[in-house]
Amino acid sequence: MNVLPISRLCLALVLLLASSLSLGQEQAEAPAAAETEVAVQAPAESSAERVQTILQQLAEANYREKARLITTLDQLSGKEMLPLYSAMLEGELHYLPGDLSLYRVTEAGEVTSLFTQQAAASVMADELEKIRVNNSLRKQLRESIARIQLLYGDKGEREIAAATLLDNMSDESIALLQKARASEQDVDVLGLLDAGIAMYTATTSDSTAERVSAVRSLSGRLESPVRNLLTQLADKEREDDDAVRQAAASALKDIEGKIKFFELTETVFFGMSLGSVLLLAAIGLAITFGVMGVINMAHGEMIMLGAYTTYVVQLLLPQWLELSVLIAIPAAFLVSGAVGVIIERTVIRHLHGRALETLLATFGISLILQQLVRTVFSPLNRQVATPEWLSGSWVINPVFSLTYNRLAILIFALVVFVALLLIMKRTSLGLYVRAVSQNRDMAKAMGIKTERVDMMTFGLGSGIAGVAGVALSQLTNVGPNLGQSYIIDSFMVVVFGGVGNLFGTLVGAFSLGIANKFLEPATGAVLANILILVFIILFIQKRPKGLFPQKGRAAE
Amino acid sequence: MMSGNALLERGGMGATFAATTTRWVVGILFVLTLLASMANLLIPQDSALHVSTYTITLLGKYLCYALLALAVDVVWGYCGVLSLGHAAFFALGGYGMGMYLMRQIGDRGVYGNPELPDFMVFLNWDALPWYWFGMDQFWFAMLMALLVPGLLAFVFGWLAFRSRVTGVYLSIMTQALTYALMLAFFRNEMGFGGNNGLTDFKDILGFSLQSDNVRVVLFATTAFMLAAAYVASHFIMSSRFGRVIVSIRDSEARTRFMGYRTENYKVWLFVYSALLAAVAGALYVPQVGIINPGEFSPINSIEVVVWVALGGRGTLYGAIIGAILVNYAKTRFTAILPDGWLFALGALFVLVTLFLPKGIAGLLAKIKPAKGSGNGDGGVAAEGASS
Amino acid sequence: MIFKKTLMAGALGVSLVASMALQAAETIKVGVLHSLSGTMAISETTLKDTVLMMVEEQNKKGGLLGKKLEAVVVDPASNWPLFAEKTRELLTKEKVDVIFGCWTSVSRKSVLPVIEELNGLMFYPVQYEGEESSKNVFYTGAAPNQQAIPAVDYLMNDLGVKRWVLAGTDYVYPRTTNKILESYLKAKGVADKDIMINYTPFGHSDWQSIVSEIKKFGSEGKATAVVSTINGDANVPFYKELANQGISAEDIPVVAFSVGEEELSGIDTGPLVGHMAAWNYFQSVDNKANAAFIKQWHKFIGDKKRVTNDPMEATYIGFEMWAKAVEKAGTTDVDKVEQALIGIEVPNLTGGMAVMNKNHHLSKPVLIGEIQDDGQFEVVWETDGVVPGDAWSDFLPGSKDLIADWTKPIKCGNYNTKTKTCSGQNY
Repeated sequence: MNVLPISRLCLALVLLLASSLSLGQEQAEAPAAAETEVAVQAPAESSAERVQTILQQLAEANYREKARLITTLDQLSGKEMLPLYSAMLEGELHYLPGDLSLYRVTEAGEVTSLFTQQAAASVMADELEKIRVNNSLRKQLRESIARIQLLYGDKGEREIAAATLLDNMSDESIALLQKARASEQDVDVLGLLDAGIAMYTATTSDSTAERVSAVRSLSGRLESPVRNLLTQLADKEREDDDAVRQAAASALKDIEGKIKFFELTETVFFGMSLGSVLLLAAIGLAITFGVMGVINMAHGEMIMLGAYTTYVVQLLLPQWLELSVLIAIPAAFLVSGAVGVIIERTVIRHLHGRALETLLATFGISLILQQLVRTVFSPLNRQVATPEWLSGSWVINPVFSLTYNRLAILIFALVVFVALLLIMKRTSLGLYVRAVSQNRDMAKAMGIKTERVDMMTFGLGSGIAGVAGVALSQLTNVGPNLGQSYIIDSFMVVVFGGVGNLFGTLVGAFSLGIANKFLEPATGAVLANILILVFIILFIQKRPKGLFPQKGRAAE
Repeated sequence: MMSGNALLERGGMGATFAATTTRWVVGILFVLTLLASMANLLIPQDSALHVSTYTITLLGKYLCYALLALAVDVVWGYCGVLSLGHAAFFALGGYGMGMYLMRQIGDRGVYGNPELPDFMVFLNWDALPWYWFGMDQFWFAMLMALLVPGLLAFVFGWLAFRSRVTGVYLSIMTQALTYALMLAFFRNEMGFGGNNGLTDFKDILGFSLQSDNVRVVLFATTAFMLAAAYVASHFIMSSRFGRVIVSIRDSEARTRFMGYRTENYKVWLFVYSALLAAVAGALYVPQVGIINPGEFSPINSIEVVVWVALGGRGTLYGAIIGAILVNYAKTRFTAILPDGWLFALGALFVLVTLFLPKGIAGLLAKIKPAKGSGNGDGGVAAEGASS
Repeated sequence: MIFKKTLMAGALGVSLVASMALQAAETIKVGVLHSLSGTMAISETTLKDTVLMMVEEQNKKGGLLGKKLEAVVVDPASNWPLFAEKTRELLTKEKVDVIFGCWTSVSRKSVLPVIEELNGLMFYPVQYEGEESSKNVFYTGAAPNQQAIPAVDYLMNDLGVKRWVLAGTDYVYPRTTNKILESYLKAKGVADKDIMINYTPFGHSDWQSIVSEIKKFGSEGKATAVVSTINGDANVPFYKELANQGISAEDIPVVAFSVGEEELSGIDTGPLVGHMAAWNYFQSVDNKANAAFIKQWHKFIGDKKRVTNDPMEATYIGFEMWAKAVEKAGTTDVDKVEQALIGIEVPNLTGGMAVMNKNHHLSKPVLIGEIQDDGQFEVVWETDGVVPGDAWSDFLPGSKDLIADWTKPIKCGNYNTKTKTCSGQNY
């Protein structure tokens, strides 16, 4: 396919020539068809025949030919081509090499006939060849689909269609917009259509008054084509009409003010999102390190185990992909928690009271766990799929949208935090943990099984780290090095917030996250990171016990 | 907990043992260096007794690591200050030497620019940044290689110890320090060669770095510096200053109440230790041929601590044993068990902390219980300060 | 000195006689210098396996010069000084005849002085920034003119891209590539304000702000593309963020030089369909040699799902070339093999012939592929013939007069055509 033999190349050239010749004819015909507005009903037989030949040609055409064929199809037919376009766009369009007939192969591997959507029992998926599309074709298909859906789609589809058409205003699409405007009921879609028509008027009209009012009507719209047009109209070198220029400048100012506000909101959200990741990564450590005093260098590997658990869950339950992340949460808690308990039982218990030595032992454990994962799962990153409901973003307006996965993780981090707080404050385990961390001997004297509490605490901290791993698997690589990249940040957050204080970890994580995101545009990502680190170092000199130091005798 | 007096006495008792070990360590180093150098230079290559240049550079590297471990041991084993950032001082010393070596390349770089190192030509810089000036003078470069880490240690120590940042907080802060430096040196705008660091060195003091003689001299210099550092550290630790240091480790509050300005003691010890690390770094670079920001990595610092723990902290020779042993194991394992050596290394760390809390030195002391008790105690007593 | 020489000559004579007797037992040693642990293990382990596979295959064919090949694997553990040390170990202790190794530029730079001092032979299989040509190293990966420039040409001519985001990890490969591209784009009349350059640290994982900036940059009405030299681990979060912020390949295509099949195998490629990569090889290329290679790989690794990628092909080509050159020279002697290698041709897995040029770089075809939903690339464009790799870029002020030519009379990796001098050589 890729290295074309010369003979095929010649053939392709001939085909290309032929198709461009035929295109010339079609273009000549097209305006005539448009004038009578009956492109769809044009001479029935001949048009249907031509569609049929085009469909056949589609199978073996190259990208450029495909683009031309689709342009022709657009002109010859209407909404009945929607299944073809969408199948092609999704990469589901296939053909049978024998007779060049077209089929759709769905994601599940089912073969259906293209237009009737019925299962085609006679054809097997592996007999079929895929019809390839590239970026420019996808763009073209999207526009073709938009043109159909603007008239026939549901509300959401019409909105997307109108927005797509704004990107590429032409004489042709303005006719379409006006036609759609006549029958449109929905306010949002109407707004977009009006904007499109106003954009057209603002550029093409001869009357200054009409243009100015069109420009004024665009004020406050956040779509980028509108903004680009206004920038052009406000530019001295490109626009001669003073009145239009002034109107455009004031509309632009209005828009930019709005954008600035949304950008600020966005930065805050980015910061909170980064903060929530830091919080998730650090909160397990806040338990093992903050409450138990174990410098757990293997904490990052607990996170990693959680992420790998997500991978395994998806591997075992491929049919429940949408729920896999939810199933993985308790699973990861159990896996990491169990590993934590084992580590506590076998190693940390014996290092009681030797905090700095736990650092060395757990560092060894982290090396072992990393290499274990490398041996079991290979050193390559593993693919963790994102369920549909976590992909994409919630588009609030064209300049401000929140990605679902970040939003979900932010909420999730807060839920985990509250749950942990409740455990520590409201359950007997929490009571014991606090008692042991404040005064081990006294707690023992009161009949608390301190060893059991230690085990549970470490298991809890590790389990939470595992849960963090599930969340991180949706954002970043699932590989053996996953844990390493979070361990230092986690320690910073806990120390900054104040060891032994969960609330401090929360405040620490969010303030570091937001500060980072506000610094980043000015300094770049690296320098922002360095500045934050230097800030923490200096801050700790000022307040050696962090933001929220533990008070009373327990602190000593 | 023991009383301050008992402590000081114990330090005194250990001193005789320590003095013997000092003689041993210096003696072994001397003999080893002499033998290895002769075997490399005088014995023909195909003789079984010949020591290859590969081995010489390897030994030189081990000794640099041993010096670094000694530096960590001085602050951690004797003063209870667990620094997870000593790699920073090591790397800064290394960069000092690296900058000198870089300037020595002169116009033999790939772009043939007599003034600028290759990476600057490549970044289109047209002049040397101010902090590169003078680095073509060996004495100045060496002064900087010591001054910069020393100053950093002083400022950091002065801030941290005065505000009584101790224990785990201090460890994490030192880690943050080296991490921040690593990120900074990774930036190409810093003018230290970014991720690639400084490499492709040609000469040192006019002698080609590729000749065997120069390698042997570098190796011998490292051995000498290690011996000198050992003697100096031994002297410091058995002096009055050293005894105050040990008492700070065992109970800082009590020492302070006795009227000692503990923070001053700690700062100076920290600076001394940073200088040792810087010397190690400066000697390390010409022998391995490259310095890059990876040396600042926090993991490296933790590893050094592990060497010291393995060898036995609170004993100077323990640090050296630990560094050489772990690095030798690493060299062997990465060749024999390339897929599984991290298991071995990890297991080693866990087992040592669990079963050899006083490290190999502790084990040696157990074999010679009568003489060893004084110094072997360091490990246990250190907990008072750290927990 | 004289004593040493006679001794060596004597030893040589003895060993010659001995080698006659011992020929069956003797082996040719192939050093493998790829990180098996640490951060780079993720990429390099595959190449170690590729070399082992090639060695096994060669032994099945009867070895080389009547001797069996023996692979010596060491682990430099993603630690750059350790790369130099292990090279010395391979060359002086193991006495290997050739080394296949390195991935990152810094590891190669660390190895370079050692391999030149000990006159070893190394094949470097990864696309890199150029600006280097060593007598002892053969570069089988792409130089910038074999990846970056054709990709930009494609974007500019075929997709009509007018605004450029050059995003990379902050190290020498992206820096060089972006510099070359910047001066190339400016030469093509692209204005300063239409080029945005962004560097991020290794393993950068929070791409929210940068992606949102790219989105803004791309919404100003001109066709925009991202040229990505983002390295390894940072790619997954980058692409995830792109997909989630709704930047599709039709709006702002990303063309990457460090993202291949293996990197994609760790990502759900559904939302990435249409983003591009430029390489000299794609697994999806329909070619007999490639099909055989993939089959062999699956058999060797025992996993039908494992993908192949460009550095693997580069390793394959390097190994085949070395084997051919050894046969041609009749010895594994480095100097002879080095000379024999120049001009050697080996079939590419994608068709056509790869040629080893005088500057120790290959002539290879350049392909541009679009990411498909199955994690593979679909070739959308390729160069007409092979492109010879340029050791020194024509678009950098420092190196436009430099060439590398390892044949007589120049015999220099760093030859200034203006001053007619050779500089920066270590031997």
